[in-house]
Amino acid sequence: MLDWFFVSPAERRLLGTSRLGGPTPWVIAIMSFSIVLIAATGLALASTAGLLSRAIEARYALEVPGGGANLDVLVQAVRSTPGVTRVEAVPESEMRKTLERWLGPAARSGELPVPALVNFDVTNGASLNAVQQRAQGIASGARVVSHRDSVGPLLRSLTLLQSVAFGLVLLLSAAASAAVVLAARGALDTHRFTIEVMHGIGATDLQVTHLFQRKIAIDALIGSVAGALAAGLVLLLLASGASFAGELTGGATLGAGDLLILAALPFALTLLATWVARSAVLRTLREAL
Amino acid sequence: MAAVAEFDSVGLRYGTGAEVLRDLDFRLRTGAFYFLTGPSGAGKTSLLKLLYLAQRPTRGRIRLFGEELSEAPREELPPFRRRIGVVFQDFRLVRHLSAFDNVALPLRVAGAADEDVEGPVREMLAWVGLADRASARPPTLSGGEQQRVAIARAVINRPELLVADEPTGNVDADMANRLMGLFTALNRLGTTVVVATHDVGLINATPGAQLIRLENGTVIDPTGTLRNPPRPPRGAA
Repeated sequence: MLDWFFVSPAERRLLGTSRLGGPTPWVIAIMSFSIVLIAATGLALASTAGLLSRAIEARYALEVPGGGANLDVLVQAVRSTPGVTRVEAVPESEMRKTLERWLGPAARSGELPVPALVNFDVTNGASLNAVQQRAQGIASGARVVSHRDSVGPLLRSLTLLQSVAFGLVLLLSAAASAAVVLAARGALDTHRFTIEVMHGIGATDLQVTHLFQRKIAIDALIGSVAGALAAGLVLLLLASGASFAGELTGGATLGAGDLLILAALPFALTLLATWVARSAVLRTLREAL
Repeated sequence: MAAVAEFDSVGLRYGTGAEVLRDLDFRLRTGAFYFLTGPSGAGKTSLLKLLYLAQRPTRGRIRLFGEELSEAPREELPPFRRRIGVVFQDFRLVRHLSAFDNVALPLRVAGAADEDVEGPVREMLAWVGLADRASARPPTLSGGEQQRVAIARAVINRPELLVADEPTGNVDADMANRLMGLFTALNRLGTTVVVATHDVGLINATPGAQLIRLENGTVIDPTGTLRNPPRPPRGAA
């Protein structure tokens, strides 16, 4: 199956020995670099979205307008509702402290209505209606809010960004393929004479194609691995100084599966380039007698 | 006797131009030796191209080795091309390959292993007097040396049909005789030889060879059979 790749030195000499002289490995290296970085971004986004989604899946908040003077009683009422597992009160003062980061002293103004919150997790079968009814018996305006509803737009944005990343990977792969087609045609032009001689003495299209296929496969392999290694280095640098990003993403990292996908990308790009080169060369050769 | 090639009402034109070859009707007998002559522009090279399958006729039929190949799919042609050795007028050597690799090319294309290539190629290079130039590349060889490499490449595979376009044009008389000796030897072993040449001396020095004369794109042969060349004069070397 890979006979065409392992050829004798004599066959290698047929297309000359130049390596890394042309632009193909460099173009593919740049494409591979970009593809790996974008794919890593997409996978990290997917990981973040997954973490976030799992974290808020069973989390709700009891919103208590007016600050919740009876916050302790409310917390007790929520805690005693069947199916509620974890309860955490966020008093109005703490909410205002949090808002102060964005609003400044205005957050302390009494004119700004700030509710108190009681965050709680539920297990399957818990009745949110029961929580709300108990809470409304203590504070009339209290209502249960799903964290999933609050964070929904963010999750949708993350999904959209993943799609954009996937689309960019496809676009860059298509651009790399186009570069390979141009390189293959250039190589055919350069070696037209050799091809004519080979055809003249009875070489088949496949024999000629294998020579070009091998050359482009090697160029693509060198370029894509080099580009992926450079991208890996950049990712390592980013990861080592990513405490800020870690805070934002809740510590989302690339898992072993993600790393495997990233490691496979340069080889997938090589396979794509080889297949594209083979098709382009065969198509061009068929135009001759 | 069996024919290695049969031309039946063959015509050839390039693009939309006038026919460069027309109404070609002849057979090349297996194992015979032919000289193709005629003035420049008569169509000798075009006729050779039809013979070594570098060109398809625009009309008529060509049978090679008993097979109708005028309209054969291109993927069916390589096995037939491997049975033909060609000496091009412009040598057509691959510039970045050594003389050795150029001569070895037909064997490698035919799938010969490296160990089966070394001996025959060295022997052939020695035969054409280039044993010590095996690693030289064509640009560093003289015209005559390049021609000898081209001839060695054409005959290395012991082709059934050998087609040569002015094969002795760049070599001295001594080497020309030597090369014609090689062609004659191959012919005796059964190879059909077709040599396009202007060199009357060469024709005269090859008794038994037949002559195909082309003029204005067609074979001039009023009797309908190929004529024998003139015998060398008595006492001539």
